[in-house]
Amino acid sequence: MRSIIDIMDLSVEEIDGLLNVAEDIIANPKKYAKVCDGKKLATLFFEPSTRTRLSFEAAMYELGGNVIGFSDANSSSSSKGESVADTARVISCYADIIAMRHPKEGAPYVASLNASIPVINAGDGGHNHPTQTLADLLTIKREKGRFDSLTVGLCGDLKFGRTVHSLISALSRYENIKFVMISPDELCIPDYVKQNVLIPNGIEYTEERSLEDAMPGLDILYMTRVQKERFFNEADYIRLKDTYILTPEKLAHAKEDLCIMHPLPRVNEISVAVDNDKRACYFKQVLNGKYMRMALILKLLEVQV
Amino acid sequence: MIIGQIQEGIVLDHITAGRGMKIYDVLGLGNLDCAVAVIVNADSEKMGKKDIIKISGPIDIDFRMVGLLDSNVTVNIISGGTVVKREKIELPEKITGVLKCKNPRCITTTEQELQHVFKLCNEEEKVYRCIYCETKAEFSSVE
Repeated sequence: MRSIIDIMDLSVEEIDGLLNVAEDIIANPKKYAKVCDGKKLATLFFEPSTRTRLSFEAAMYELGGNVIGFSDANSSSSSKGESVADTARVISCYADIIAMRHPKEGAPYVASLNASIPVINAGDGGHNHPTQTLADLLTIKREKGRFDSLTVGLCGDLKFGRTVHSLISALSRYENIKFVMISPDELCIPDYVKQNVLIPNGIEYTEERSLEDAMPGLDILYMTRVQKERFFNEADYIRLKDTYILTPEKLAHAKEDLCIMHPLPRVNEISVAVDNDKRACYFKQVLNGKYMRMALILKLLEVQV
Repeated sequence: MIIGQIQEGIVLDHITAGRGMKIYDVLGLGNLDCAVAVIVNADSEKMGKKDIIKISGPIDIDFRMVGLLDSNVTVNIISGGTVVKREKIELPEKITGVLKCKNPRCITTTEQELQHVFKLCNEEEKVYRCIYCETKAEFSSVE
């Protein structure tokens, strides 16, 4: 029985295996249509989510399984004061696998310590979001055809952007990766990402303030939303939310084969005018996320196809 | 001043001057039945001044917490009036229930029964991080 709390819980070889399964699902969806017959996924979402929860649910249904769960903390026993540990023990009696999102960092880890079924971290506070990273990796593989020798621009909220933290960890295991961190001072990459990932792995990175200046060198531009729900002070959010807005004009000096990514939801950090640019890959990411979640569910349930 | 030699027990030597009483408190040595001597500002050729703690009698204490407070300390095991073992203190792999995570977004802020646990991430720089949210430990509460 195994849980995935952090993208680093998966080795490079395991991620390669998941990517291969996801591409096989894309090529042969019928082969996988009933492989989880009789299995139940519990989606425990203590924080609002549309994309990730529905992606998990769609993934399980497309594997022939069923889904139980809740979509906000008020409709769970946590509103009565039940601990995450107890919730995990109880749900283990009802389901075969858990996908948990929680506003508190480390909650899915606590669940994994107490559950008797696999737990997938579907996002914990501003900390980790490993299945988004799996979606990102499949997108990079399909768009760029490689994971090495890439200059990756990360733009926006790099402090609370959990998808960014997980993506940096995942890409740091490949050769010749360079990161360009583009953020306001207040939302720069956390110390622990530098100390735990970038510095020990000798990863080249720069921190910049101007998106326009960074643009010409980028192979991938990963935009993020400034997340209102992570701020204790609304004035700070309002001051910072429109720092970076990607427009067709700002893409004038970008590479022809730039891959523009965003974990979504978008507010206004990417102009809708960019959506028709062939370099915009963020809606492909959504679809890729479902396939990677299907592959991950199969792996953790140890379903042989 | 003369503090008698102990026959059986432990001597914590080379404590940075001024930290002896803090180590005494953190290890809970005041709760022991046996004789404990804390010597402050003893002369030291190597350090100028140092503190020493002598504990007379067999005790079972995890001294590794001392490594967080003072990396200079050596532990001398005394038997039959002589030093039979001398070792530097290694940092603990995990610190449980001593430090509190200061991240307001950490699960430990709402789940009161959860133990606060920090794991050693960088031995050279004595960096510990919360096992739940990876926030760096602040040692101000024990220093």
